[in-house]
Amino acid sequence: MRVFWAVLSRDLRLSLRHGADTLAVLLFFLVTASLFPLAIGPAPDTLGRIAPGIVWVCALLAALLPLDRLFGADLEDGSLDLLLLSGLPAFGIAAAKAASHWLVTGMPLLLAAGPVAIMLRMPQDGLPTLLLGLLLGSPLLSLFGTMGASIVLGARRGGVLLPLLVLPLITPVLIFGAAAADAATGGLSPRPHLLLLGAMLAAALPLCPLAAGAGLRAAVE
Amino acid sequence: MDWGINVLAAEDIAVFRGERLVLHDLSFTVPSGGALVLAGPNGSGKSTLLRLLAGLVRPAAGRVLWDGADALGDLAGHGRRVAYVGHQDAVKPGLTVMENLHFAASASDRPIAAALSALGLQALAELPARMLSAGQKRRLALSRLMLSTAPLWLLDEPTLGLDTGSIERFGTLLAAHRASGGMVVAATHVPLPLPDAAGLRLS
Repeated sequence: MRVFWAVLSRDLRLSLRHGADTLAVLLFFLVTASLFPLAIGPAPDTLGRIAPGIVWVCALLAALLPLDRLFGADLEDGSLDLLLLSGLPAFGIAAAKAASHWLVTGMPLLLAAGPVAIMLRMPQDGLPTLLLGLLLGSPLLSLFGTMGASIVLGARRGGVLLPLLVLPLITPVLIFGAAAADAATGGLSPRPHLLLLGAMLAAALPLCPLAAGAGLRAAVE
Repeated sequence: MDWGINVLAAEDIAVFRGERLVLHDLSFTVPSGGALVLAGPNGSGKSTLLRLLAGLVRPAAGRVLWDGADALGDLAGHGRRVAYVGHQDAVKPGLTVMENLHFAASASDRPIAAALSALGLQALAELPARMLSAGQKRRLALSRLMLSTAPLWLLDEPTLGLDTGSIERFGTLLAAHRASGGMVVAATHVPLPLPDAAGLRLS
């Protein structure tokens, strides 16, 4: 467990030192979300109707951006070997990496999602549900993303392969996340959608690091 | 640090890299306090053998034994017995010299300052690692050995780029490690400061 925190704090320190990368993700999210009013027109009815979908899709794409470097830098400079020899099982390393991805990418996106939804004129009564859905969904993005990143690690054109691998896996999260917010704005109960997201999180929490750990072992071989 | 008496043994090791059989029918033992120097031309499998002993590469046949028991069954547990210095330095250019060692130090609670001064890096502690020369980066990678509590040191060309003073200093660290019962397996093209080490020539 101690090594887990050491890996996490090492990754957070590195992200802090390369703060521009974190900021780039956030800016990407804000900029892509602000393109929609320009393309669709500023009519509050239309925008408010599709706001949850915009927030979710933009958050999903923004979360993909740093995945390429999540393990890539460590593989290139030999740090990954040392991580795997630290005494922590490979799935522990992967779990720590997923946690750091969420803290550095998921959490800032979660904080920015509220203002973006308001900017897009999303009805107020759906806002808490949207954020609750993202609270459950953003760790799922990190977990699936970590798994995908470790699987394509060491492959040529890994950066191109990664979205092709991760996006299909993540579509259920997108569907139920956006549907929960839609249900809340439409006066229906978002509970079933949120419960399904919670169930997915409960399954992905142990399974994704396991798969990612196996991917890491294969990548260093 | 005292580990008691351990024995590392390899039995009829064979390893494939891609389609090519780089190592086959390889057996050796390294006892506590012992050292094994791997020699051979480029591509003869020296680095592969070191990575195999670290548990990073799987053997196609044969076994690696630690005190007579299969070492690669519990890879995470085996990782704790191993301090590995690969041909890459694993130095993060954005962190300072000291911060680069935080992770290695967190596992063992050993002082970073002592590890830095053992390799003569104490004056550079606060410098970003991107400012270091190749030899200084190598010394930084070697200073991780001082923070490790592992009995088995696996070194891939450890003295690459080091000046004579640093090689001498590194020699005393190797001698101290072996005197306290540690083992060293090193791949090299140049003579290492390892007196009465066993040799293994790969072809």
